[in-house]
Amino acid sequence: MKIQLIVNGTPQLVQIEDEMTPLLWVIRDVLDQKGTKFGCGKAACGACTLLVDDQAVRSCSYPIKFAEGKTITTIEGLGTKENPHPVQQAWIEEVVPQCGYCQPGFMMATAALLKKVPKPTDEDIDNNIINVCRCGTYYRMRKAIHRAAALNSELPITEQEKE
Amino acid sequence: MAKVSRRKFLVRGALGTAGIVAVGTYLFRNPIRRQVLAYANSADSPYLGSGMEPVLWFELTEENRIRLYSPKVEMGQGTFTGMAQLAADELELPLSSIEVVHAPSITGNMDSFATGGSTSIASLWQPLRELAATMREMIKTAAAELWEVAVADVVMEETKVSAGKKELTFAALAKQVNQWPEVDTPELKKLSDYKLIGKPLPRVDLEDKVFGVPIFGMDASMPDMVYGTVVRPEYIGATFISADVSQAASMPGVLKIIQEDDFVGVVANSYLEAENAKQAIKVTWDAPTQLQLKDIEAKMKVGNGNPTLIQKKGDALEEVAVEAEFTTPIAAHAQIEPNGVVAHVTDDGATLFLSTQVVAITQKEVAKRLDLDTDKVNIIPTFLGGGFGRRLHTPHAVQAAVMSKLVGKPVKYFFSRKEEFQHDMFRPPTHHQLKAKLTANGKIESIQHDFSSGDVAIDSALLPGFLNKMLGADVGAIRGGFCQYFAIPNIRTTSWHVELPFATSWWRSLGLLANTFAWESFMDILAEKAGKNPVDFRLEHIKDDDAGARLRKVIETAAEKAGYTDKVIDGKAMGFAASTDAGTPCAQVVALSIEKQQIKIHKVTCVLDPGFAVNPDQVKAQCEGAIIMGISASLFEEMTVVDGQLQPTIYGPYQMALMKHAPKEINVTLLQGREVPGPVGEPPLGPIGAAIANAVYRLTGKRLNHMPLQKTLNKM
Repeated sequence: MKIQLIVNGTPQLVQIEDEMTPLLWVIRDVLDQKGTKFGCGKAACGACTLLVDDQAVRSCSYPIKFAEGKTITTIEGLGTKENPHPVQQAWIEEVVPQCGYCQPGFMMATAALLKKVPKPTDEDIDNNIINVCRCGTYYRMRKAIHRAAALNSELPITEQEKE
Repeated sequence: MAKVSRRKFLVRGALGTAGIVAVGTYLFRNPIRRQVLAYANSADSPYLGSGMEPVLWFELTEENRIRLYSPKVEMGQGTFTGMAQLAADELELPLSSIEVVHAPSITGNMDSFATGGSTSIASLWQPLRELAATMREMIKTAAAELWEVAVADVVMEETKVSAGKKELTFAALAKQVNQWPEVDTPELKKLSDYKLIGKPLPRVDLEDKVFGVPIFGMDASMPDMVYGTVVRPEYIGATFISADVSQAASMPGVLKIIQEDDFVGVVANSYLEAENAKQAIKVTWDAPTQLQLKDIEAKMKVGNGNPTLIQKKGDALEEVAVEAEFTTPIAAHAQIEPNGVVAHVTDDGATLFLSTQVVAITQKEVAKRLDLDTDKVNIIPTFLGGGFGRRLHTPHAVQAAVMSKLVGKPVKYFFSRKEEFQHDMFRPPTHHQLKAKLTANGKIESIQHDFSSGDVAIDSALLPGFLNKMLGADVGAIRGGFCQYFAIPNIRTTSWHVELPFATSWWRSLGLLANTFAWESFMDILAEKAGKNPVDFRLEHIKDDDAGARLRKVIETAAEKAGYTDKVIDGKAMGFAASTDAGTPCAQVVALSIEKQQIKIHKVTCVLDPGFAVNPDQVKAQCEGAIIMGISASLFEEMTVVDGQLQPTIYGPYQMALMKHAPKEINVTLLQGREVPGPVGEPPLGPIGAAIANAVYRLTGKRLNHMPLQKTLNKM
């Protein structure tokens, strides 16, 4: 079957044998965009998180047939080195990654959270950011999520902190 | 430490596509055996070079940068950043001029041991700075001879060398590399003269990791690549009897069914086709299904297996006044990137991309299996999606190479998550008995620690068998097992080695997490018996020597920074613990409460003395990560054995710390008790478990003697 979808702004027509093929493998192996990671294949770790129509989705367990006509954003489409997304900018400023493998999934989950909740509380973060990081970068991630929220509101951070 | 031999620092134009390569080597005279023994006995980490032949360290690139070939792999610990700082400062260049890459094994620049044991920066501290200083001197001398000016007049700049109005880019200068002079290794700069070393600079791999650049083993691909997979048993100790592959052979996309003496696999056009075909292979195993966790627990007891006395001071304990037992469970590495590899075998040799901590060993294993000369096997290490010791064994590279040879194409092969959990090289379970006698005035007169563990270093491919015979005890299991309070007059520590029916190995910090949990929980028990404050009680038993002074200082600083109190305030209690691992002392204070029976950690104060911190921010990152990994392991993690199977096989059921479990405050202070860098990545995993248990006791009066602590609390 043929599936039409938009990946990082580019329309794609993919030929796929099995409509149940997870979106992850289409993105990684057919479209050769390796930023979205395979961790567990059971939607248990979140390394494969990307955005489908701005919603965070664990793509290892999301059949390609549901992606028909949808807009997909992966870490490669979130921002660029020249024009980083506020989440990426915050991740850089807080020097979050260690091994880095789970980080795209966390950044995509954070981008989705900030769409829904522009200024998340610690509780919002605890309830929504539920991916697994083995290096234990959660402490810096939390700081980065708050920083991304501040960057997102287009106010200098110092102004935010005064509030 | 051996000095660079100038006769061995060579330049060559032979390697590399650009043809502009400088080759340096560092001559290592000590035999491995002596170095590993030295490492086991002291804080000094040896760098185990790969021999006496010159190996590639630096390359001047067409982009006018200096590429540093790293013999160590980057698995998140920040080694590439530290190495870039060491090289840049001695090269008199900004960090942006240095590009660190993994040295493919074809360069010869491999650590014959591994990347692990918190040794990378400590062991490269001297050799890398000397190599970089020599490289700088050689570049300057080459330019000076060309221009007929004094070497002192030549200046290193970001992309070039200059002297007055004369200048040459690195690439242009390197065109004459075969005429470059040999130079003496200059004196190293003073610590105070460094502009980059010692500064909290951002990681050099930060942007790649934030923008999703494909840098991991799982991301590797080669033209015309196909996918292989291997059938692995679900039961401990299962042996292969036969396989019915008839159905699998006709599945869509299948290229070849692989039947070797030691494995059955399938190669297909896509990953999913390979996995589907694998499910259709019917393997008959001789699989024992009787084994249960209780059998493992019964085995893992002090008194079983082989004892080795590893610490003996004064007299043996005669009269036991206080005693306690502790256990830790089997644990998985659970690194997020599964083990995987891309292998391409041709008539000319083999090329493999993979995440591995053991480049040299993997090269030898592949060469042996394919009957190739070692130098025909090029292992190209990638960034690791977590190491933690899991990738000290990467024999799946051999299976991928065999599959590639049989199908004549590059083959990608990686583990499913279930296979990761069932075929991990687990952290062994442990059992600890501590016994002591106090004097009338509340000081420890005699203390004794007996602990049992499965293999950590024993039988590892990384250590030659004779070494274990010489050392007696397992050099991995004993990490943290020693008593660090040397003012105690009578000490006995005995390591018991128990053989297990499944593979166990190195898990970040080795025995440290388990041993410190036992030791430092017991120190609080003894402090209470003595009627003393736990911090004061520890300080009373520290010996007045250099190591003691450093331990004393981290303990005092941690207590002060945390405002340590043994009072419960607003439903929160503090717990204290300290450890010394491979010469690096660390103290931690945990502040926690219990909400709806759940242990909630609010703040961790950590004081570490790693000696000189090459990158203080990354040392702090290692402390933060170790603390969170330690919280995860202490509170939640355990593997079990059910009807012969290791379980669970997925995240979630294998519970790990998530964002909500991580403390919102982690306050790390670094002390500098030595002028040289020491181990960093593992030492801060020591105190956390005991600090949590001590805080829970303070809050509830319940002593948690068994990890995972949350489960133990639930049962009380």
